Amino acid sequence: MTVAAGADGTFALLKEKFSAGALQSKVLCGQTIFAVANQDAHAILEWLQHDPAQRFNYLTDLTCVEYRDPELPLEVVYQLRSLDRKADLRVKIPLDPDGPLEVRSVVDLWQGADWLEREAWDMFGVKFTGHPDLRRILMWEGYSEGFPLRKSFPLRGHWSRAEQTRQALEANPEAYYSLEELSIAEAYHELPADVRERLAAAGKVLP
Amino acid sequence: MTPRTVEMELSTPTLDARGSVRNVPLGVSRRPSESVNDDFGAERMLVNIGPQHPATHGVLRLVVELEGEAVKRVIPHIGYLHSGFEKLGEYRFYNQIIPLTDRTDYLSPMANNIALALAVEQLLGIEITERCRLLRVIACEMSRIISHLVWAGTTGIDLGAYTPFLWMFDQRERIYNLQEAWTGARLTTSVARVGGMMADIPDGWEDGLRGFLKTFPTTLREVDTMFTRNAIWCGRTQDVGVIGPEDAINYSLSGPMLRASGVAYDVRKDRPYLGYDEFDFDVPIGEHGDSYDRYRVRLEEMFQSVRIMEQAVERLRPGPVDVADPRVTLPPKSRAMSDMEAMIFHFKQVMEGIKVPAGEVYFGVENPKGELGYYFVSDGTAKPVRWRIRPPSFLNLASLPKLCEGALLSDVIAINASIDIVMGEIDR
Repeated sequence: MTVAAGADGTFALLKEKFSAGALQSKVLCGQTIFAVANQDAHAILEWLQHDPAQRFNYLTDLTCVEYRDPELPLEVVYQLRSLDRKADLRVKIPLDPDGPLEVRSVVDLWQGADWLEREAWDMFGVKFTGHPDLRRILMWEGYSEGFPLRKSFPLRGHWSRAEQTRQALEANPEAYYSLEELSIAEAYHELPADVRERLAAAGKVLP
Repeated sequence: MTPRTVEMELSTPTLDARGSVRNVPLGVSRRPSESVNDDFGAERMLVNIGPQHPATHGVLRLVVELEGEAVKRVIPHIGYLHSGFEKLGEYRFYNQIIPLTDRTDYLSPMANNIALALAVEQLLGIEITERCRLLRVIACEMSRIISHLVWAGTTGIDLGAYTPFLWMFDQRERIYNLQEAWTGARLTTSVARVGGMMADIPDGWEDGLRGFLKTFPTTLREVDTMFTRNAIWCGRTQDVGVIGPEDAINYSLSGPMLRASGVAYDVRKDRPYLGYDEFDFDVPIGEHGDSYDRYRVRLEEMFQSVRIMEQAVERLRPGPVDVADPRVTLPPKSRAMSDMEAMIFHFKQVMEGIKVPAGEVYFGVENPKGELGYYFVSDGTAKPVRWRIRPPSFLNLASLPKLCEGALLSDVIAINASIDIVMGEIDR
């Protein structure tokens, strides 16, 4: 693994530019990690992407980490890479797991963050403000059990199998999709009466 | 556009039981004198492709908004195969996670197993043996070949070429036989262990591999003859799904998707692991960033994989495979049954798992689909706090709406095929 060349120098620069925003720098397993404050994170990431001496132009990964120890913060983790400099850098934003989990979206910097942020929202409940389309991605839209990768979420879920089945049977998928999306607009008049009733209840009737 | 009432006679010719042409109504529900939009040319239509459709290569659902045949918008819906692997991993010992990695990218299971072992080894700070390293290189390159073979075969079918699919599955079968001889499994290999491999290769296995390496390029050259200058293949793939180098980087594409756009980034060359820097091989780079270049890159990568495996099998010398660290690898069965010390280590490892020091590591490897990264956070216990998979085809698929800008409906199939997705890895 390549170590970010002159990582300490980068952190010194960061401290100079964003005095309070740069929290900590450490090296684990030969990989450089910066912790930055939430309010300056977007500006710092933008600087890391655009500064001619940094050029971290590739967002390798974006994810979250929650520790088993509830005292430790929930972290939003950015794996950055500079393809030209062959350098890697991990930037972390520590958040209070009990407080509001809100981070500014970086989709304006890296388009690749789009689905990664949706996944982090889906799995951890971190809100990315400014994201163009922050929806659940792996779980379905009506999923209401919580955020599966949080430590407070039990491995088998909050609800029993019976409850999950009951909820699945009660779910009304038509409420989330238009008739065209469901490909049933054409066949509306052949649909069984109860399905048409459900559609009508969701406000979906052909004119 | 106002709806107006028109008399409609929609019918299509079809054949009756005796084979003569007759007319049947196309839309059963559409009675005469019904309110319809007459202006079909300007109407936008939503078309569902998938989740159960062979051309989506798994349970992917695409909602395509069409204007005539032109694609205005593509909205991928994923998650049908979500199994919560990352959550499961937090409840397992590191070696117990390896069977989960088989099931993510199930077209290259060996490469995933090895990536996981490499990540944990870096966290532990241990050096693997020379024989283990070469065996892993061979396993990774075998995975690349079978994954690319499936890709080329199924993409051929999507675009109307059936025969090459059979040639490629025939060759893939030969690698599967080798994998079966080594691990006992064809798909869920679980070949790697932290600090070694699940087993050494059996006697005579190298000869089987040499035989494969000798004859496989012949088939590849046939595929080359069949596809590379084929008018239909070129017509369906050239200038289809184009993405430039800046966009490819900005969309975090990796693997052949990134290299076809002209970005010379290959983890094996740029951050060498498993001693890839000692091997003599080339990394093919495209220049147009279209589906055709992705095909050329993958085809050439298979030739290069053969080169790497030829070198690796020549260097293979007898020796130990597992590291001699009783806290990491299991002692041989014979010793566990006769030696007290070995039995204690065996028991502790099976019951308590490998204790990994607190810390975190991101380890990226060049998988057939792109850069696969495993990010482990450990708090010093035998189970990870967080196991993150950086799935290459998840990020590659996220660029689909961008790739489909200005495409036709039939191009969507070609573009989606050219990304080389595997839903097990995308949904995890």
